Amino acid sequence: MTETRKVAVVAGNRIPFARQDKTYRHASNSDMLTAALNGLVDRTGLGGQELGEVVAGAVLKHARDWNMVREVVLGSKLAPSTAAYDIQQACGTGLEAAILVGNKIALGQIDAGIAGGVDTASDAPIAVNNALRNVLLDINRAKSLQDRVKVLSRVRPKDIVPEIPRNAEPRTRKSMGEHAALTALEWGITREAQDELAYRSHLNLAAAYDRGFQQDLITPYLGLEKDQNLRADTTIEKLAKLKPVFGKGETATMTAGNSTPLTDGASAVLLSTDEWAAEHGLRPLAYLTHSQTAAVDYVKGAEGLLMAPAYAVPRMLQRAGLTLQDFDYYEIHEAFASQVLSTLKAWEDPIFCKERLGLDAPLGEIDRDKLNVNGSSLAAGHPFAATGGRIVAALAKQLDENGGGRGLISICAAGGQGVVAILEK
Amino acid sequence: MTDRYQTFTRTPLGRTLVKNLGLPDPTPLPRWTEGSAVIDGQVVFGAIGETDTGKAIQALLRDIGASFSTAAEGVASSTLRPKALVFDATGATSTADLTSLQRFFSPLIRQLGTAGRVIVVGRTPELSATPEQQIAQRALEGFTRSLGKEVKRGATVNLVYVAPDAQDQLDSTLRFFLSAKSAYVDGQVVRIGTGQLVGNDPAAPLAGKVALVTGAARGIGAAIAQTLARDGATVLGVDVPQNANDLRKVIAKIGGNELLLDVTAIDAPQRIAAAGADLGGLDIVVHNAGITRDKRLANMRTDTWDAVLDVNLRAPERITAHLLESGGLNEGGSVIGVSSIAGIAGNNGQTNYATSKAGVIGLVQALAPRLADRQLRINAVAPGFIETEMTARVPFAIREIGRRVNSLQQGGQPVDVAETIAWFADPASAGVTGNVVRVCGQSMLGA
Repeated sequence: MTETRKVAVVAGNRIPFARQDKTYRHASNSDMLTAALNGLVDRTGLGGQELGEVVAGAVLKHARDWNMVREVVLGSKLAPSTAAYDIQQACGTGLEAAILVGNKIALGQIDAGIAGGVDTASDAPIAVNNALRNVLLDINRAKSLQDRVKVLSRVRPKDIVPEIPRNAEPRTRKSMGEHAALTALEWGITREAQDELAYRSHLNLAAAYDRGFQQDLITPYLGLEKDQNLRADTTIEKLAKLKPVFGKGETATMTAGNSTPLTDGASAVLLSTDEWAAEHGLRPLAYLTHSQTAAVDYVKGAEGLLMAPAYAVPRMLQRAGLTLQDFDYYEIHEAFASQVLSTLKAWEDPIFCKERLGLDAPLGEIDRDKLNVNGSSLAAGHPFAATGGRIVAALAKQLDENGGGRGLISICAAGGQGVVAILEK
Repeated sequence: MTDRYQTFTRTPLGRTLVKNLGLPDPTPLPRWTEGSAVIDGQVVFGAIGETDTGKAIQALLRDIGASFSTAAEGVASSTLRPKALVFDATGATSTADLTSLQRFFSPLIRQLGTAGRVIVVGRTPELSATPEQQIAQRALEGFTRSLGKEVKRGATVNLVYVAPDAQDQLDSTLRFFLSAKSAYVDGQVVRIGTGQLVGNDPAAPLAGKVALVTGAARGIGAAIAQTLARDGATVLGVDVPQNANDLRKVIAKIGGNELLLDVTAIDAPQRIAAAGADLGGLDIVVHNAGITRDKRLANMRTDTWDAVLDVNLRAPERITAHLLESGGLNEGGSVIGVSSIAGIAGNNGQTNYATSKAGVIGLVQALAPRLADRQLRINAVAPGFIETEMTARVPFAIREIGRRVNSLQQGGQPVDVAETIAWFADPASAGVTGNVVRVCGQSMLGA
């Protein structure tokens, strides 16, 4: 086996994220991913070049988009000879794509590649329901007109109702927010703490825009220049006024303000070896050094749906020989403020760390001033598969700006999964 | 939950129909209310000879201010309307002495008042001095269980076996069986052994104690939490986060503490122990959380089977083991399991549930002797048909049968289970361990 090579994050780009059914309501996944990709190609001067691979995905995807990423590459400014494939790991898609590209670079199979992700909650794939689908397939199989009429007569009014994708777990039929609300109760996460985290997310993202941090991370799209969900003028008081949307009764704490909204958007990140970057007049912002995925059994209630990162991080830390405090930045994807706070509380909890993680001592507290310093999903929004690319690009740039350091990325995903990684410079 | 039939039998039309058609005639059972006397009415005490146990019983009757008369043999009197008949049979040394039962009770039994109490106190058969005594003492069970089925108007009959030299432990048990707290406990046999004498206040027997109640948000669990709090305990109520709102309401009412977790979680025992330690350690542990997932065995899925065993049996087993190992249970502590008559009699479609509930009995039997040297106790209640949201969902016909096939011809209330648990929890019940007491109105199932 050859020695592995360092994996550099060279550049990143995304389009501003738009709220569901707003500015991007008529944009398809392919449109948005192409925009993000072309923006990256333009900025890095890679037009017409062939890359090792483009890996991306979408969580909500039309059946006709089965080869979406390859089609996007063919319609992009990259050379048509650039290979591509689709992946899907719910909200972990974007980061997982970066890990996959990174692994091939590390193993010497490719020198450079782009990882990305896109999602639209507006242009959602509405499907005919299963009963009607069976009828239509049977009509297709029928040999005579008479047979076709006979099959068609099976259609009942209720069969016409379309199947609309729901943000719900197939095995529990509970939405992600309802799951997170249970975890929040279990960890005793207060409404105040959640609103505070949401407030800081908006504040930090607004500041990032103000100081021009986003300048080379974003390509305006359809007239949108900033994330549509960002409320630079929000206050704790405004957040405190919102009614809970997940959970019921007096114990409900999760509002539209401290939960991410459904969003449309796309992102892309360029990864390569040091040599390839130098050859193309580019320079590494940071290196992708470690990664880990984990999954939990949330179906029987043994663990919260979004708690997998709490398991993935300590495994990765052990392999990397690091402690939770050995980081300059923490990028914990804010699916819900309560998810971030439950994860942090779990790491501080001696019982959780001993009994569930098998550790002798808790991972401990983190310095909250290092958390999501440029804002995260509560402010920016969260087009599922696009979030990983947003975080990798922003953290790499932050590390570069800082003149070095180490950052932790943690992303929870549907199905009880978690994808985490370390960027260093 | 209301029993509509029972309500109907109290109407003029209902009374006529019940009388003429010979329909079930369930007497509304009074329940104990705070501040009321242990027993309100005449007590007639009888005995086979003079014994230390008999003296202890009479001392208690005086202590609770009961007006009582003594008679070796019952005295028939049309004016006498006793509320309770207490008979000390510890003096029965051979089967010849059993005659005294008939002599005492036959003339009196018809006079027994509404929701009357019959308590027979015997010597624990296996601890008898002679084979003859053991035979006679064992015979008492047949007497009380039959008499339970004969007495009318909501009366109950129970047998208390007391170990030699354990008469000083009778206090809390007699108070329980004499009072309306035992309204739905009928045809039961309890065993009392020796234990430390605890001079606590019968008005607040659990003062200063910390009680864990799992499944405290609703139904029987909520009643247990309220009853233990009424008796002075600080309650640590546990339920799954799905029931957070209900749990908060229960806890707000009684001023206790709440802990949201799934008792089957891998770290549930440690979390419970930690929450208990914050309150100064646990004195009372009530494993009430329970679920049903009814399916005939042929249709039973692995997860359905496991879910029921995990919640109903494995969780109590693991939590108890951890508390014992970690010292999370204070000295004099009392562990209480919730079994079920399904665990005793079995039930169609409940192989998983009955296995778990019979396992709870196993837990009591396995741990009681092992805990005795550490001054810890373990007992279980086995509820029969209790009027809860869970039984309200049972189909009408099955529900009606469940309600009527017992000596009291009605379902019990959650508070009946709770009162029985409060008696187990009482530090004065130091001699009460290893018992499984049914709260079933003397159900015919599994009797």
